[in-house]
Amino acid sequence: MPACPIPELTPMATVEAKSVLPKDWKADLGAPLALDLTLPVTELLRRSTSRMPQDIIEALVASRNLEAEGSRAANTLDTMLENIKLADDHVAPLCQDTGTVIFWVRHPFGVSQRQIKAQIRAAVREATSRSWLRPNCVASLSGKNPGNNMDPFGEGHPVVHFEEWDQPEIEVAVMLKGGGCENVGAQYRLPDVAIGAGRDLAGVRKCVIDAVTKAQGQGCAPGILSVAIGGDRITGYEKSKELILRKLGTPNADPKLDAFERQLVADLNTLGIGPMGYGGKTTVLGVLVEEMFRHPASFFVSISYMCWSSRRNVLRLDAAGRPSFI
Amino acid sequence: MKRISTPISEAAIRDLKVGDEVLLSGRVVLSRDAGHKFMVEKKPDWLKPILAEAVIYHCGPVVAHHGDGHWSFVSAGPTTSIREEPYQADVLETYNVRGVIGKGGMGKKTSAGLGKVGACYFHATGGAGALLAERVKRVVDVKMLEEFGSPEAFWIIEVEDFPLVVTMDSHGGSLHEEVAGASQERAKELMAQK
Repeated sequence: MPACPIPELTPMATVEAKSVLPKDWKADLGAPLALDLTLPVTELLRRSTSRMPQDIIEALVASRNLEAEGSRAANTLDTMLENIKLADDHVAPLCQDTGTVIFWVRHPFGVSQRQIKAQIRAAVREATSRSWLRPNCVASLSGKNPGNNMDPFGEGHPVVHFEEWDQPEIEVAVMLKGGGCENVGAQYRLPDVAIGAGRDLAGVRKCVIDAVTKAQGQGCAPGILSVAIGGDRITGYEKSKELILRKLGTPNADPKLDAFERQLVADLNTLGIGPMGYGGKTTVLGVLVEEMFRHPASFFVSISYMCWSSRRNVLRLDAAGRPSFI
Repeated sequence: MKRISTPISEAAIRDLKVGDEVLLSGRVVLSRDAGHKFMVEKKPDWLKPILAEAVIYHCGPVVAHHGDGHWSFVSAGPTTSIREEPYQADVLETYNVRGVIGKGGMGKKTSAGLGKVGACYFHATGGAGALLAERVKRVVDVKMLEEFGSPEAFWIIEVEDFPLVVTMDSHGGSLHEEVAGASQERAKELMAQK
């Protein structure tokens, strides 16, 4: 049987031609208080909602080629790959659930976080009005939807994390984290008697197997499992989210955890859950693990499940203020 | 590959079995959490002619509103169905619905409802929002848009060749149960390994 080829997305020249960012747009990083990221962040959202990262495409194709020709698993992966092409061609959201919109901003000294946040919020409003983002932010109790993705109570959504760094560049990473996969994330407190998990790597492995088995197809398998070992209840989950930004295929810097990740991917893919939970050899695309500090009394394992439609992108302004996207 | 169109007869739905791949054409009504709660608690009569022998779709679409007032679907894949488990069987029976489209499957209560009413659970590929929106030929109407917001409103649409898999049929069959059972056994083996 012929192997499924890697689908080709529209050439970068076409992507640039459709950009909301004027050609030769440049920021003046020498005047950080005059900085306006509204347009580049709008463009970042346009790309992240419609254009799948290349490493995810390649992982889906590799999985497709492991499934039996004509099987429901192979057909489902084909549908996913066709969807990736269509969304890119039409600049339409890959998935109607454009998620909780999460940003990580890294910036040099002198930048106003208040200004950047206002600009990011304006970009999210604009992307929502252009139907690149679904209005996904509602009041918890009444369910009222303001329709613009703005938190009706404060400034909780879009989520923006800031970090000042000692480099001249600015980096804005974004993730669109769907609700279905967010619902199947899990946090374990070890030791966990129910699954027989102790406070070691073997215990962590049991947590991940348990979470994936409980998730079945509901997080839109094949998923990416990101696992933070340690931290407190908040920093563990926060770390596990951020881990999803790591490109699939990039080895873990810790050789022991790298081997652990690879073995766990192989093990999880024997569960037989398959794409969308229809059965098959492809249950996960990747496992990403990081070890953190912990309080001596606590041992949390925080697991985020990212659906196959792992939408993320990074806007980078180099020292000269020139923008680039991944 | 089987083709079915709304209105769907009970005989046509009883003919479908777990694992069948289906292309659906005709009327589909979108509803999810707020809509299902509303249908069960308020049982509005005005929905009856709209839902009779049609199909409910668990989906909160990305829509575009055009200058001339008409709507179109930009991205429209399924959302997780299990959240509607408390309501689904009741909705099927009250409104004589012939099918539910969603993802992730549903539980025993819904399975019993499918058998009683004569309906199927159809699975659509989650995340394939752009592809599925292409198969939406027309937005006929929208109800409760103001009250529920766009992801939760009752969007009434016409679809053509909507690609689906029957994962729960009207005879008690469930692919989800089969896969869950087998994967739980395998998980036990994996956990027992050193």
